Amino acid sequence: MLGLISKRMLLVIPNLIGVVIITFFLTRALPGDPAAYFAGPAATKEAIEQVRAKLGLDKPLVVQFGQYVSDLGHLNLGNSLTTGQPVLTELKNRLPASAELTLFGLILSMVIAVPLGILAAVRQGSSIDHTCRVVVTTGVSLPVFFTGLLLVYAFYFRLGWAPAPLGRLDVFFSAPPQVTGFYLIDSLLNRDLATFCASLSQLLLPGFTLCIFSLAPIARMTRASMLAVLASDFVRTARASGLKSRTVIVTYAFRNATLPVVTTLGMVFSFLLGANVLVEKVFAWPGIGSYAVEALIASDFAPVQGFVLTMAIMYVALNLAIDMLYGVIDPRVRLKG
Amino acid sequence: MNETATVIRQAVALAEKPQRNSMLRHARYVISENPVTGFAFALFTLIALCALIGPYVVPHDPLASDTAATLKPPSLAHWFGTDQLGRDIFSRVIAATRLDFFIALSSVALVFAIGGLAGVAAGYFGGWTDRIVSRIADTIMAFPLFVLAMGIVAALGNTVTNIVIATAIINFPLYARVARAEANVRREAGFVLAARLSGNGEARILLLHILPNIMPIMMVQISLTMGYAILNAAGLSFIGLGVRPPTPEWGIMVAEGASNIISGEWWIALFPGAALMLAVFCFNLLGDGLRDLVDPQRRT
Repeated sequence: MLGLISKRMLLVIPNLIGVVIITFFLTRALPGDPAAYFAGPAATKEAIEQVRAKLGLDKPLVVQFGQYVSDLGHLNLGNSLTTGQPVLTELKNRLPASAELTLFGLILSMVIAVPLGILAAVRQGSSIDHTCRVVVTTGVSLPVFFTGLLLVYAFYFRLGWAPAPLGRLDVFFSAPPQVTGFYLIDSLLNRDLATFCASLSQLLLPGFTLCIFSLAPIARMTRASMLAVLASDFVRTARASGLKSRTVIVTYAFRNATLPVVTTLGMVFSFLLGANVLVEKVFAWPGIGSYAVEALIASDFAPVQGFVLTMAIMYVALNLAIDMLYGVIDPRVRLKG
Repeated sequence: MNETATVIRQAVALAEKPQRNSMLRHARYVISENPVTGFAFALFTLIALCALIGPYVVPHDPLASDTAATLKPPSLAHWFGTDQLGRDIFSRVIAATRLDFFIALSSVALVFAIGGLAGVAAGYFGGWTDRIVSRIADTIMAFPLFVLAMGIVAALGNTVTNIVIATAIINFPLYARVARAEANVRREAGFVLAARLSGNGEARILLLHILPNIMPIMMVQISLTMGYAILNAAGLSFIGLGVRPPTPEWGIMVAEGASNIISGEWWIALFPGAALMLAVFCFNLLGDGLRDLVDPQRRT
């Protein structure tokens, strides 16, 4: 198992190198002359040259790349032009909000999609199967920002069940003392049920928005892999031995069908992390996505770079974690490694 | 001489005729088996029509504002209502079809040309070509795709062209991988060996013998990614990248209506959002339908 982990860790390195190279080139590809851009519109020629020297843009590309990598090594992502704050601090402060939202959406989606996929596979061709397909295709066709707005209209404006879509917590509540940064967990640790309910009610709509978007790949994959497993010999044997169909489906078939489902999680995360940006904008969620969008609008470049890099590193790490999960689920993978 | 030519032509016509018939029959069978595919084809025709002639037939000028009629709910005069500046939303939704369709189509065409060719070359030649193409694809896949598109548009500049480029780049791995796999299984196929034996150069074999053979599978890939391309472009313009107001475009129109949702003016965001959804839905169904036509084994 340890051997497998270290082998997989080694495979991550070329990926990370690729990510760093691409983000480096994104920094250099600024429209026009970056030095003139950072010096501002009223700058004189000397001022531009000064900025160029200060930014190190007059040096050869290789030297610039070395500088970039060493900055990254020192966890220096530069400062935001608009707020003057270091990008890393801002990202660190805002990351828990995004992580809480994304994970909540993913869990909701798993809770709905996996049973739906199992049901659709067990009753293949039934009305449940058809409903599942329609729901799932609609979900993936809905632009995620549009779903969010529809939910806001229905549940906030029409029904009045949900609070105003403005951030993580209503203004009347104060944030729980920070332990994990997740309001749901922190408020429970603080035994503050009122804050817990308040933050949950803020989280429900954006969470469901993400959930609807990511239902499709999970439900489809669960259905497909359950169908394959249900047709296999060991399930037939289990059935013939007179086991209860519930035992056959849950213990025998589902356990074996989980592996492809876990594999799709990688793709689901790619979707979710992207969709997160849009959902955060709709719900004024103070996460790293809305931070990046604000910076984008203000043509403030360092935060966008930091954001893209953070997201990519997180995504690589998530994929690594998913591969580790294989070993936990399937003993055969463990033996092979 | 003339006679032989006629005979040959007749024979060819005979040989082709039943085949074309069976292709049609097969298409009809697939459509009747799954009426949704027929519906998707009809919807596609409608969208293409809107993109072609939409701007000329809309009842109002999509850019003309009318301060006397702002924020009007849907009525007979304005089918989809009017927005903050009194512009007719129905006209704007229809006129926007062209731009969204253009963005999706050109980015898919771009990635089809570049990704398809790179993938075919990687699969056919193997070795270093393969290693480089696969490494590029892997690196792109290491990013959450929408986030990478944001970064690319931010770096290259905030224009529609760069949205097209960004969408093409994030779809590159999908195309390269499909083309690579398909070319790889065909590199030692009988018809390729025959072509090589009769003296065709590698480039010629690649372009004239292998590429046409993997076309159907690539077509499926195109219609499956079209929906995603539209979603991606609309998402980028929703966060304020690429298309600038007052240009009618679905993503930016939803963004314009977003603040009015909370005060109950639902029609500003709903109709462009619904149009967007319908277009994506159509392409997803179309992709499934085309796959059924091309690849009977994976029929759902």
